[in-house]
Amino acid sequence: MYLSTVSRPVTDQPGSGPRRHRFAMVSGNVVALGTVSLITDVSAEMVAAVLPLYLVLGLHLSPVAFGVLDGVHTGATALLRVVGGFAADRFRRRKLIAGIGYALSAVAKLGLLLAGRSIPAIGAVIAVDRLGKGVRSAPRDALITLSTPPEALGRAFGVHRAMDSVGAFLGPLAAFAVLLVVGQSYDAVFVTSFCIAALAVVVLVLFVRERPSGEVTDGPTGAKVTVREAFGLLRAGPARRLVLAAAMLGLATIGDGFVYLLLQRREDLGLRWFPLLAVGTSLAYLLLAAPLGVLADRIGRLPVVTGGYTALGATYLLLAGPVDGWPLVALVLTLYGVFYAATDGVLIALAGPVLPARLRTTGIALVQTGQAIAYLISSVLFGLAWQAFGPETAIRGAAVAVAGVLLLTLLLLASPSRSTTRKVLR
Amino acid sequence: MIAMSTRAKLGVVVASAVLLGSVAAGYVAMAAEPAPTPPSATGDLTVTLTPGPRLLAITDRHVSTVATSDPAGPRTVAGLECLRVYAAAGTGVCLKPETAWSYQVVVLDAALRQTRAVSVPGLPNRARVSASGRMVSWTTFVGGDSYTSSGFSTRTGTLDTRTGATVASLEEFAITRDGRGYRNPDVNYWGVTFTADDNRFYATMSTGGKRYLVRGDLAARTVETLKENVECPSLSPDGTRLAFKEAVDADPAKGWRLSVLDLASMRVTATAETRSVDDQAAWLDSGVLAYTLRRDDGQPDIWSVPADGSGTPTLVIPGAESPSPLT
Repeated sequence: MYLSTVSRPVTDQPGSGPRRHRFAMVSGNVVALGTVSLITDVSAEMVAAVLPLYLVLGLHLSPVAFGVLDGVHTGATALLRVVGGFAADRFRRRKLIAGIGYALSAVAKLGLLLAGRSIPAIGAVIAVDRLGKGVRSAPRDALITLSTPPEALGRAFGVHRAMDSVGAFLGPLAAFAVLLVVGQSYDAVFVTSFCIAALAVVVLVLFVRERPSGEVTDGPTGAKVTVREAFGLLRAGPARRLVLAAAMLGLATIGDGFVYLLLQRREDLGLRWFPLLAVGTSLAYLLLAAPLGVLADRIGRLPVVTGGYTALGATYLLLAGPVDGWPLVALVLTLYGVFYAATDGVLIALAGPVLPARLRTTGIALVQTGQAIAYLISSVLFGLAWQAFGPETAIRGAAVAVAGVLLLTLLLLASPSRSTTRKVLR
Repeated sequence: MIAMSTRAKLGVVVASAVLLGSVAAGYVAMAAEPAPTPPSATGDLTVTLTPGPRLLAITDRHVSTVATSDPAGPRTVAGLECLRVYAAAGTGVCLKPETAWSYQVVVLDAALRQTRAVSVPGLPNRARVSASGRMVSWTTFVGGDSYTSSGFSTRTGTLDTRTGATVASLEEFAITRDGRGYRNPDVNYWGVTFTADDNRFYATMSTGGKRYLVRGDLAARTVETLKENVECPSLSPDGTRLAFKEAVDADPAKGWRLSVLDLASMRVTATAETRSVDDQAAWLDSGVLAYTLRRDDGQPDIWSVPADGSGTPTLVIPGAESPSPLT
């Protein structure tokens, strides 16, 4: 179904775009990237679903060994993401860098087979996988912005993220199907996962275009992007404000684990229900990503992002509020899904046009990295607040933080002249 | 890049899909050998948990017993599959797969019949029965609810087989750390061992990157810390000593030393076992500990070593894990 959309001969010239887009939801390149993400996520989530089983039951590792594995990848990938983004811009090879990222993760699946029982080797393989994920996201998002007219970015990201989460949904099912056939042979899951990831790379190579027609270009296209220029991104007004806003918003976001833990404590949910909480959120995200993206194009991206963070604040308040029982669970998971759907892709859609085309990958990488680091810090801070003041006070504090950060973000981004806040162009 | 028509590109994708699909399918078909049939019981013997001079263990995922006098000798193997097993006074506990993703704690009577089953989240890790056979406890690893998103945490529960009272997670208990009240969402417990009164217990509590020996009270729903760096305690039959694994230099990444803590003097004696023991040891009698070690290929063996620091480690049951004396 997706392939038939992709296969439509691409003949549109800049200028014939607007009419085309009345019929096509998004451009072929976005659908191609979405398809790559979908297939890759099936592969990634297959492994994610069985890795704990494999490590504990297959290799008999203890929790501490997991801690070691876990520590490997958090810090290093953040920096490399920006380096990868810069390289993509400098050599104007966003597809190549994204492809390397996808290929690294694919190879890592086979690496799990070769690593055997060696904990350092498994750690290295997981690090390669995360590295691949870190390297590919910014160039991929840059390609989406570069192949979409600014006024349609919201729905482009919405469709992409929805396809992405469909893959994430199918992954565990695929792993389950394989395990059903092979029993405890986790290596069969890794091999299958590798084959699926390799197919995604093939689709990327064949169907994703580096320089889509109608690419927005500004500034001299001949000169290569320099490091100084990249740093200049942080000095200039709009881009710096965006990175700052993204980092602040990240600071207001506590870990998913905390939200589910609080919900589980409030409702005394059977421990077995725990994994399903994340499924509920993803379902809401999956269903709402595209519609909220379209809405963002219609009423403006900043209002939708604002709505998303309002939903986040409401989620936090509910966790310490008077509502109880299944209504609480349903409400929290839905609002949490709304938060993701209204912010994840839309924020990049908001950022895209603000960043100069030649530095777009670097800029997106900076936004994503700023968010990720802030998120890590906020999770530690929330842990400390929980310890010091108890869960109820801590979550109320988090809700207040969301409100404060949202206000600051609006002040930063919503200056009246800023075209990005409203419908662009025209 | 060579320009390809859309039709050609689609052809390449389909061909790749077929090729990669057959690789995956071929591998799956190869890996999907029929599971080894459960080894049948030798002769007319069946596995029972009645106290006697036998050792209970797991062989190829199946519950088995051997004679204490000849542990490397003939084994009696039951059809029952467990990942972890322990028994005392005719009561057994077995951590058993329920589906591909979930596990059950199953309580067994002396004839290996299931008397109770509790579904548990996560992956089985530790299992114990109190000396009287009344209390049962278990530990599982759970993903997703610790505070770095991908970190693992543990869940430890207990069950009173007489009243049916269940504690799903010790994390609900009030904590006294170093004499003061304490709370933190990162608290995890593992490795319970019960005292003779079937109410108090010892366990490992981990919080803030440290691991403590705690003494708990089920009726009062409290735990208090006793000592740092004591993991997976196992109370001696006379109740005076705890066998445990002690992280080398208090850093579990460096491995564990199987050691014994004298509860009266709080003095620690390292055993003669110098290899890293990641197990909750079992007391074979008041002087000897048994524990599982894994070979490089992951195959388990049960070893024993004197509890007083003397002697040398001895291989007890090759190719087996989860030792438990049938007392």
